[in-house]
Amino acid sequence: MNQLAQRIEETFPGASTKVTEWRGDVAVTVKREALHDIGKFLRDDPAMRFDYIVHVSSVDWPDDEERFEVVYEVYSIRTRQRIRLKTRVPESDCIVDSLTDIWKGADFMEREVYDMMGIRFRNHPDLRRILMPDEYEEGYPLRKDFPLRGKGWRDTFEFLDEPAR
Amino acid sequence: MTRFEDQRTTVYKVDPEHPEDATLPTLRTEELLLNMGPQHPSTHGVLKVILELEGERLVKSTPVMGFLHRGVEKLAEEGTYHQFIPHTDRLDYVCAMYNNFAYCRAVEKLMNITVPDRAEYLRTIVAEIQRIIGHQFWLGTQALDIGAMTVFFYCFRDREILLDWFDELCGARLTTSWYRIGGVERDFTPSLFAKLKQFLDYFPPKIDEYVIFLEKNRIWLARTKGVAVISAEDALSFGLSGPTLRGSGVDYDLRKYEPYSAYPKCEFSIPVGKNGDTYDRYWIRVQELYESVKIIRQCLEQIQDGPIMADVPSVTLPPKERVFTNLESMIQQFKLFSQGFNAPPGEIYCGTEAHKGELGFYIVSTGGGKPYRLKIRAPSFIHMGAFDHMSKGYMIADAVTIFGTYDIVMGECDR
Repeated sequence: MNQLAQRIEETFPGASTKVTEWRGDVAVTVKREALHDIGKFLRDDPAMRFDYIVHVSSVDWPDDEERFEVVYEVYSIRTRQRIRLKTRVPESDCIVDSLTDIWKGADFMEREVYDMMGIRFRNHPDLRRILMPDEYEEGYPLRKDFPLRGKGWRDTFEFLDEPAR
Repeated sequence: MTRFEDQRTTVYKVDPEHPEDATLPTLRTEELLLNMGPQHPSTHGVLKVILELEGERLVKSTPVMGFLHRGVEKLAEEGTYHQFIPHTDRLDYVCAMYNNFAYCRAVEKLMNITVPDRAEYLRTIVAEIQRIIGHQFWLGTQALDIGAMTVFFYCFRDREILLDWFDELCGARLTTSWYRIGGVERDFTPSLFAKLKQFLDYFPPKIDEYVIFLEKNRIWLARTKGVAVISAEDALSFGLSGPTLRGSGVDYDLRKYEPYSAYPKCEFSIPVGKNGDTYDRYWIRVQELYESVKIIRQCLEQIQDGPIMADVPSVTLPPKERVFTNLESMIQQFKLFSQGFNAPPGEIYCGTEAHKGELGFYIVSTGGGKPYRLKIRAPSFIHMGAFDHMSKGYMIADAVTIFGTYDIVMGECDR
């Protein structure tokens, strides 16, 4: 088992549900209740100091019971390691604790996740759409059930009759 | 009548207990909301910022983005891995080569492909040329925004030489699509080598020329020194990268931290600033121009003959001449483009040091020819997250400087 994952497991017993290491990338899936504490631990622990936030992302798995996956990737400048923290949320209750108070950059990145995937973040200072218009109501574009060609908006137009020749 | 003195300005307010005593008109001060953009020439594309002003000071600024949102990440899920390469050109349309590079590296990590040596050198050379172009573009436009027009013309004069060089290399000046998964599209011709060597002799004195215009220019110094200061700790916490982060004294550069391509074989240094202000970031970018020239020189010395494409028939494209003469190669090319290659299930993140900062791709694959999810870590977008923090307390005219200091391109920011 990876050292980092082991440290997380030791400090938060039972919080991590899955650890994968593939192509050199370490990913730890944690329970969403523990996400905020683990994030704080990763940043503040003197041996690790994950002080640099790389990206916040999300993946949609429509067939799973816990449909959405929120992905935080952080980097430690001092130890030159990176780790991917993941957590799963069900569609009926898709809300996660915001990590904005730990890494300030999470603000915009979480807003993007909310905009694109519809996952809400508890205690986020300004959770609004960021890339789509504020009044956009046709859903969340990166969900798998959102079709590539839009969601019906074009179909609301009536076709004109063919002009007589 | 009682007079109340506000600390900011002298304001006469009505005493609530004796309102009848109020004879002077009540002055009202309030914050002014100002929309800057989306059609402002200094926002480098279409970006709107709502500025809350107190006098001429910025109290709060809220970037409004998305005017250039094209759903690139959604498009990626619908096409094969090869088909996404031209889309990456349109992210940061000023520096397409680096986007291609970052994407191809990510897919190579996913597919576990090793790129041949010569291709790595070619990639590094072109990437560094792209870095020079990016920094020239930045320097020219930043100086223009601040009011120094001459530098703009000098930078663009030299940038033109390199764009013509790109034109000869791949037939396009901006949307290049020259990188391929596993290698590059075509080799340099002898004429390209000759022109590049000529440019390397021509260019360093020109950098000195740019600097002469700026380093003793009082307006430039007054408008960049001490503007948009950010501490190293905050910069890291905001996820800033590239020269924007190095200006604050953190030497985070993926070319050194996670060496890739031909960078480990070249000797170069990473310029790091001290004060974390706009001037330091300018200084870093100018120094990087010299470093890029150094890297290209070393690559040209070390480069050996060899293949320019990895030989993994299930993933990489066959050479073009074989496609036209050999049936199997044609079928291979057709299958790769229509169905794509079969990627193993898994997920990777691969960051590359573009000239703006860390450009990363997070790819989730469930097998098959298309990415299940592709997330682009765009430095411009993440830098905008720190805009409010960095602009607080500065004058309204500095807003333009602060946009510029990130080297922002909206195509990448909005994706």
